[in-house]
Amino acid sequence: MGKGIRIEGLRKRYGAGDTAVDALRGVDMVVAPGEVVGLVGPSGSGKSTLLKCLGAVIEPTAGRMTLGDEVIYDDRWKVRDLRALRRDRIGFVFQAPYLIPFLDVTDNVALLPMLAGVPDGEARRRALELLGALDVQHRARAMPSQLSGGEQQRVAIARGLVNRPPVILADEPTAPLDSQRAMAVIRILNDMARKFETAVIVVTHDEKIIPTFQRIYHIRDGVTHEEAGEGRTPA
Amino acid sequence: MISLAGRDILHSWGKFIFTGVGLGLLIGVTLVMAGVYRGMVEDAKVLLDNSGADLWVVQKDTLGPYAESSSVYDDLWRGIAVLPGVARAANVTYLTMPVRKGDRDVRAMVTGIVAGGPGSPGWPPYLVAGRQITRGHYEAVADLATGFALGDRIQIRRQHYTVVGLTRRMVSSSGDPMVFIPLKGAQEAQFLKDNDAILMQRRRTAQNPTFAQPVPGLLDAVVATQTANNFVNAILVQVQDGHLPQDVAEPIRRWKRLQVYDRAQMEQILVGKLIATSARQIGMFLAILALVSAAVVAFIIYTLTMDKIREIAVLKLIGTRNRTIAALILQQAIALGVIGFVVGKITATFAAPMFPKYVLLMPFDSLTGFFAVLVICVLASLIAIRIALRVDPAEAIGG
Repeated sequence: MGKGIRIEGLRKRYGAGDTAVDALRGVDMVVAPGEVVGLVGPSGSGKSTLLKCLGAVIEPTAGRMTLGDEVIYDDRWKVRDLRALRRDRIGFVFQAPYLIPFLDVTDNVALLPMLAGVPDGEARRRALELLGALDVQHRARAMPSQLSGGEQQRVAIARGLVNRPPVILADEPTAPLDSQRAMAVIRILNDMARKFETAVIVVTHDEKIIPTFQRIYHIRDGVTHEEAGEGRTPA
Repeated sequence: MISLAGRDILHSWGKFIFTGVGLGLLIGVTLVMAGVYRGMVEDAKVLLDNSGADLWVVQKDTLGPYAESSSVYDDLWRGIAVLPGVARAANVTYLTMPVRKGDRDVRAMVTGIVAGGPGSPGWPPYLVAGRQITRGHYEAVADLATGFALGDRIQIRRQHYTVVGLTRRMVSSSGDPMVFIPLKGAQEAQFLKDNDAILMQRRRTAQNPTFAQPVPGLLDAVVATQTANNFVNAILVQVQDGHLPQDVAEPIRRWKRLQVYDRAQMEQILVGKLIATSARQIGMFLAILALVSAAVVAFIIYTLTMDKIREIAVLKLIGTRNRTIAALILQQAIALGVIGFVVGKITATFAAPMFPKYVLLMPFDSLTGFFAVLVICVLASLIAIRIALRVDPAEAIGG
């Protein structure tokens, strides 16, 4: 696998001694470039912990993670600057869009490349290009508060994609949306994954979008089980 | 790179402007307080400058005539005027008291001056209207701050005076405007008793067994000395060119047994002693206002930061550096301080003339105040910065 993400035997233990809790107990997962997989499981199953580990927000206890060709974790972080790792190589899409309320749509998207040192003009050009691909270019100068929920989520997806990360972590991205808009978001994620060769992991509870995934990882008690999905492309 | 602080301020400009105005009023009060102190010092210096004196001859072992009561005989000036190095010497009295005009009282420093003309020690050095006093009685020159006008009839104790001239910036060290009247009238105002008191004094003297002696004219002589008012508060001395005030002061101290202060000593008495307590009081107010300002800025910045905790978590998650987030908060705190300072400076500038006492806003104080505001804002933002930097980026993910 040239890009994408591979996780092997990932473990995460909170606390120590008698009060220790094993949130992840040997998670294995592979997501290829251009693939959108679902990560489903009940509350407390370890979804969020896995997402935080994948997002380099918390440190796993053991295991191995490979991003593209690079081992980023092998029982300890192999990357010195986790902040740069998150900024340049992992895209995030949250349950709520969490756009920066005081930046307009373009700058919300362009902020990431700017933080990475890309000149302002180039960052905005990239942002506008993505906004065009996501069909929200006409709202480029609008403030987040002026957008609909669906538009906000598309802008959030653009922000997650703008640095061309090899992997996108989407944490229940359709939760606040109605069926039609939820399907639209999944379609966009599929399109973008294919277009930019990005591996997308979507954490979800949303029954209506589960059939759209090519593969599904069920997580229960900190262990994942893979299952082939129906892979029905949303209309 | 986008200025996150600038964008946030532009986005919620109303909040910033109103908060800045509130802070500005506080800063304005602080600047005015500093101006009040500067005004007091300036008033003290103006009082000394306008007296036209190089030396102040006062009662021995007193800090008179401004900081302490002082009485010297009104004929001593003759002996001082002929000393080597003395250009001019003149009696003067100072008494802070209400001056009545119609049914209105104005608190003023009534100054008794002797004939001699402009340039004589104690005389107002310049007028803005009218003329100087030319008669020995019942004429007055008043400072504009008294509110008197040319031709006004004013009452000082039992006597009436006509305002013949107006001057300006002639104030006591406590900021009371001065009213100049002829020395005799001022001596009466200061030392002369009312008729009932004189009668009572005579009766008491007559009943005193010490004076009940068969010496013709004894009682009358005693009563005459008791009702005479031959004291002044000080003798102002101008020194001839080529003579040092200290050299002229020495024989007066030695041979006349009087206290003599030169300009530097008198300034030290006025600034270092007379207004020292007020200065400490104002210093306390300034310290409290600085603390209150710091608390206000800290609270506002803390609140603004807490409102953005989720955004900060997102920013951290997507890889924003800590220094970028710290700069966001710091720049907002500084912007708030700058808005507050501008509002405060404007407020102080417009409000200063409305204060009853002289408020002197010095550029140096404003500059110091500006940097103090910046330091306060930086310090006040530290708590919010600390909180922001401790925000866990995982908060953006939830779960």
